[in-house]
Amino acid sequence: MGFTALSRTIVTAAGLAMAAGVPAAAQAAADAPVGRAVDGQLGLQPAASPVMEKLTGFHDSLLVIITLITLLVFVLLGICIVRFRKSANPTPAKTSHNTWLEVAWTAIPVAILVFIMFPSFNLLYFQDQTPKAELVIKATGYQWYWGYEYPEQDNGADGVTIEEPFGFDAFMIDDDLFGANADSAARADAVADLQTFLNTDQTPEIHRLLDTNTRIVVPVDTTVKFLVTSADVLHSFTVPSFGFKIDAIPGRFNETWFRANRVGTYYGQCSELCGIKHAFMPIAVEVVSKQQFAAWKERTTREYALRDADTRFALVSTGPGSAPGNE
Amino acid sequence: MANASAADTAATAHDDHPRGLKRYLFSTNHKDIGVMYLWFAVIAGIIGFVMSLLMRIELAEPGVQFLTAFTSGNEDAAYHLYNVLVTGHGLVMIFFMVMPAMIGGFGNFFVPIMIGAPDMAFPRMNNISFWLLPPALILLVLSLFVEGGPGLNGFGGGWTIYPPLSTKLGHPGPSMDLAILALHIAGASSILGAINFITTILNMRAPGMTLHKMPLFAWSVLVTAFLLLLSLPVLAGAITMLLTDRNFGTAFFNPAEGGDPVLFQHLFWFFGHPEVYILILPGFGMISHIISTFARKPIFGYLGMAYAMVAIGFIGFIVWAHHMYTVGLDVDTKAYFLFATMVIAVPTGIKVFSWIATMWGGSIDFKTPMLFAVAFIALFTVGGVTGVVLANAGIDQAMHDTYYVVAHFHYVLSMGAVFAIFAGFYYWVGKMSGRQYPEWAGQVHFWITFVGVNIIFFPQHFLGAAGMPRRYVDYPDAYALWHQVSSWGTYITAIGLVWFLGVCVYTLTRGRRCGDNPWGQGATTLEWTLASPPPFHQFNQLPRIK
Repeated sequence: MGFTALSRTIVTAAGLAMAAGVPAAAQAAADAPVGRAVDGQLGLQPAASPVMEKLTGFHDSLLVIITLITLLVFVLLGICIVRFRKSANPTPAKTSHNTWLEVAWTAIPVAILVFIMFPSFNLLYFQDQTPKAELVIKATGYQWYWGYEYPEQDNGADGVTIEEPFGFDAFMIDDDLFGANADSAARADAVADLQTFLNTDQTPEIHRLLDTNTRIVVPVDTTVKFLVTSADVLHSFTVPSFGFKIDAIPGRFNETWFRANRVGTYYGQCSELCGIKHAFMPIAVEVVSKQQFAAWKERTTREYALRDADTRFALVSTGPGSAPGNE
Repeated sequence: MANASAADTAATAHDDHPRGLKRYLFSTNHKDIGVMYLWFAVIAGIIGFVMSLLMRIELAEPGVQFLTAFTSGNEDAAYHLYNVLVTGHGLVMIFFMVMPAMIGGFGNFFVPIMIGAPDMAFPRMNNISFWLLPPALILLVLSLFVEGGPGLNGFGGGWTIYPPLSTKLGHPGPSMDLAILALHIAGASSILGAINFITTILNMRAPGMTLHKMPLFAWSVLVTAFLLLLSLPVLAGAITMLLTDRNFGTAFFNPAEGGDPVLFQHLFWFFGHPEVYILILPGFGMISHIISTFARKPIFGYLGMAYAMVAIGFIGFIVWAHHMYTVGLDVDTKAYFLFATMVIAVPTGIKVFSWIATMWGGSIDFKTPMLFAVAFIALFTVGGVTGVVLANAGIDQAMHDTYYVVAHFHYVLSMGAVFAIFAGFYYWVGKMSGRQYPEWAGQVHFWITFVGVNIIFFPQHFLGAAGMPRRYVDYPDAYALWHQVSSWGTYITAIGLVWFLGVCVYTLTRGRRCGDNPWGQGATTLEWTLASPPPFHQFNQLPRIK
């Protein structure tokens, strides 16, 4: 879209102008992290995949259009309030029809909507059509954690090959480990465990209600296809920075995809009410270099191998408690 | 039909004026029933508001620190309590506040008068329509206090009651069954009411009042009644299937036995989308009257206004799956629902521009009802344009089930429907009670509420865009600022609500007497030709419309 760049500039300018009044937002803008929200944020999380880039561009353009429409209505109302108040205009007019005006305010919105629909359909079909997958991961929602499986697959020379399937569950890191009164030894243990899982030299940063004891690990610049299902009630699997959200429904496999274009940690949270701990089953995705992924895959294949051959192909998961790969 | 009713009324006009309990319990008078509906809505509104206040106090800062006070410190119970409040707030506000106030209250009181009829077509059915509601509300309130979630009281699955969470798997206790029965009874009440309105409006208009001369509020209630009649049976079917899944071993929504949870969502939203228009259409009608009255101009583009409502009602039935963009629908299906949903913006735009054109050139008197009506137009527009954003299935991937949706539907309902109800209250309270509200107090109420609700809901757009999921008892610290602001807005709105109740009490006990027509030449519908309050039976002689 030609005017995307222009509208992004406007949105950024408007955002900065508003942020100036909000110290937290202004401060956050200085060291804006990717993959999660920052306090006082006004807009979408930064995009880290082609779908989210397209989505963000379309959303920002649309934001300009709807802001202009809203301002038009506000200005017209303002004129009515000032010029046609009783004291300013004691004698009311008697007009109650104007065919051309009525045609105009029917036809112009139709034209605007048609104008919106082209990029909208474009985005919709782009999201829906998974390019050739280079890695397939199965995500299963449970009350209240996610289970991930890397099934056996061979995606050719460019893609990831998994000879031995492996899988693991991801439980939220207890929120008692955060804050001033937290047990620092227990927190250090949790961080160390996560570091071991990620097979990295760097100490991972953890965030309250967003981090899990394991993470989905994927290589950068790789098309990843998710197969999403649930073992009990509805859940919804999403990572805002990648621009996908897909419900986890028992008895069904839903499909979505993303291609991360930056390394980093990206977070999402369950997005369909699933019971008392709905707010406590986050999704954490670690995007690493292809070399790091290969090393991680080595270790994880060893540690989290799926020994039960049936599980790999089971359409309906066997339910909580019997999920494979639990340590 | 109209003549026969008039003859009946004339024959009994002198002696048929029961008093005390009999007047209300056995009432067949549309005005008494309308007033009872309004009181019922006030009570339900207070319950629903207190629920939202408890939620906003909990959400004022990260962590769970407030609701644990109600659960002896048990955190799991506090999480469940939050979900119960989310569910209760939605159900109470929709089924027991907005619908009774608009359709039952203002609709009952004013539709017969506006079309020049002595009463509703089926006065006894009108009585049962109202008296089904208190038991429904009692069942719903009871459901809060019996086991729902495993070992926990109340149903916490959201007003959308999606299975499997609403089946025995998620909520083994009888709380869900009580809630289902509450919805059944409330639904039956609404279906009966809808039949009554359709019959009344189609058959009992005064001589000379063709459909194309009928006031827009009557039009709006007619369209609403059709939506109720066609959509509520689908809800009744869906929740009956849920009830049998829970209790009698059927498996409509259980995938392990060949059922499908997504089927429930289709059925629910086939009802649910018309339902949101049911909540707002009568408001459209009221706002049209108020704008025209205070601008002292006839409504601009009357036919366009009437048929825009018909169009909105019709399209409302063919857009339901836009609530389900993330369930894994086929992409072409999503494309269709995207298109159909966008189309709604056209008749809605016609209405907004026609209201502005009605004000244009007018001589506008900014009394309290007009303040609420102008704010309605402005804020409904804000909620409308975010609806256009959400209609795009592509963008909905980011916004679905976030606070952006919460902000959107509260802009159209909390500031659309509820502002319309407040506008209607101030517009008609003098007519209904015979006593006029104090103008300054009404305006103070308006400004407190206007500021409060915008502070609550505008920041929720930011939260949603940033990814804050809805129905969360606790949230990552990155969402703290806007949640805090939102909670301040709720406290301001709470002051507004208390103020409003004070205005009600003052008006009904001390308000100055109200003349037949307090609003002057702009108020042209038939209710302003009657005394305030109107006689117990009006139009013994049917009015003739020129």
